[in-house]
Amino acid sequence: MQRLLSLIPVLIFAAVSTALGLSLSNDPRKLPSMLIDKPTPIFALASLEEGGSGLSSDDLKGRIVLLNVFASWCAGCRIEHPMLMALAENSGIPIYGVSWKDERASGARWLKANRSPYVRVGDDQSGRLGIDLGVTGVPETFVIDRTGRIRYRHAGPITDDVWQETFAPLLAELRTERP
Amino acid sequence: MKEHWMAAISRIASVIGVVLMLSAPGFAVTPDEVLQDTRLEVRARELSRTLRCLVCQNQSIDDSDAPLAHDLRVLLRERLTAGDTDAQAVGFMVARYGNFILLKPPVQADTLVLWFGPALLLMVAAIGFGRYVGRSAAAFSAETAPLKSDEQERLDVLLRARRST
Repeated sequence: MQRLLSLIPVLIFAAVSTALGLSLSNDPRKLPSMLIDKPTPIFALASLEEGGSGLSSDDLKGRIVLLNVFASWCAGCRIEHPMLMALAENSGIPIYGVSWKDERASGARWLKANRSPYVRVGDDQSGRLGIDLGVTGVPETFVIDRTGRIRYRHAGPITDDVWQETFAPLLAELRTERP
Repeated sequence: MKEHWMAAISRIASVIGVVLMLSAPGFAVTPDEVLQDTRLEVRARELSRTLRCLVCQNQSIDDSDAPLAHDLRVLLRERLTAGDTDAQAVGFMVARYGNFILLKPPVQADTLVLWFGPALLLMVAAIGFGRYVGRSAAAFSAETAPLKSDEQERLDVLLRARRST
């Protein structure tokens, strides 16, 4: 018994160092979103593209949509762009874009040069919608359900793996929900 | 000749000293952010020191040059100008970014370990150490217990034998 008791400090040390060691592999950029299961903030943005219609929270209502926050200056968004194009063509889920903290002209030029995967693109030059969404960087993508609630937030580019492992199952589940 | 040198050096040193005294440390807060109302500005500075920059993560928004930190500073000042209390303004930030934005985590169920864990560990260690010390003190006093009469007799015999040789 005494023997076992004397092992306790060693065991505690082992447990604490294992826990700390494992937490080293956590990504500190992965922050929980406060908006999960909350209604999408109400907003109305001017259009990024010349002559385009703007983007407001009302546009997102009634359907499952993706809201993608991007910027022309963002490297991750360039990586993500082909994936978004493929999704826009094949997934059947409308993608809406928010150009975050970017010059309107640069954003519009970038979309023109690379083709736009978005149904509509709003211009959030001030970054205020970004703050309301709890955005900490770009790209970030929100999954919004039929009732207008945010169900998921992904920080970083959507890759094939991310789509297969997270988005696809979630969207399949959301489709089964009664509106 | 030597005096000239000394004078030159001391003049250079005093110029450097004055320049250092006059130059303010590099603040992240830019002049256009600063509020006219000094009392509001002081509150804003104090609050922004407690809010984490989500981009740099270990800097406060008061320290950080990140564009998002700038936006949050401006937004915080807007909230205060609009009449928010300190708690309301901080609550506004927490509603969007979670408790992570607070550099000092609040005391609540899931942070109890964080707040009181170290003190608890210290107490456990102190108790353990106390018991260890107590036990070895007890062992020590047991060793120095007075000899029984037969033991004393044997010792006397041995000591006498040793003296006689």
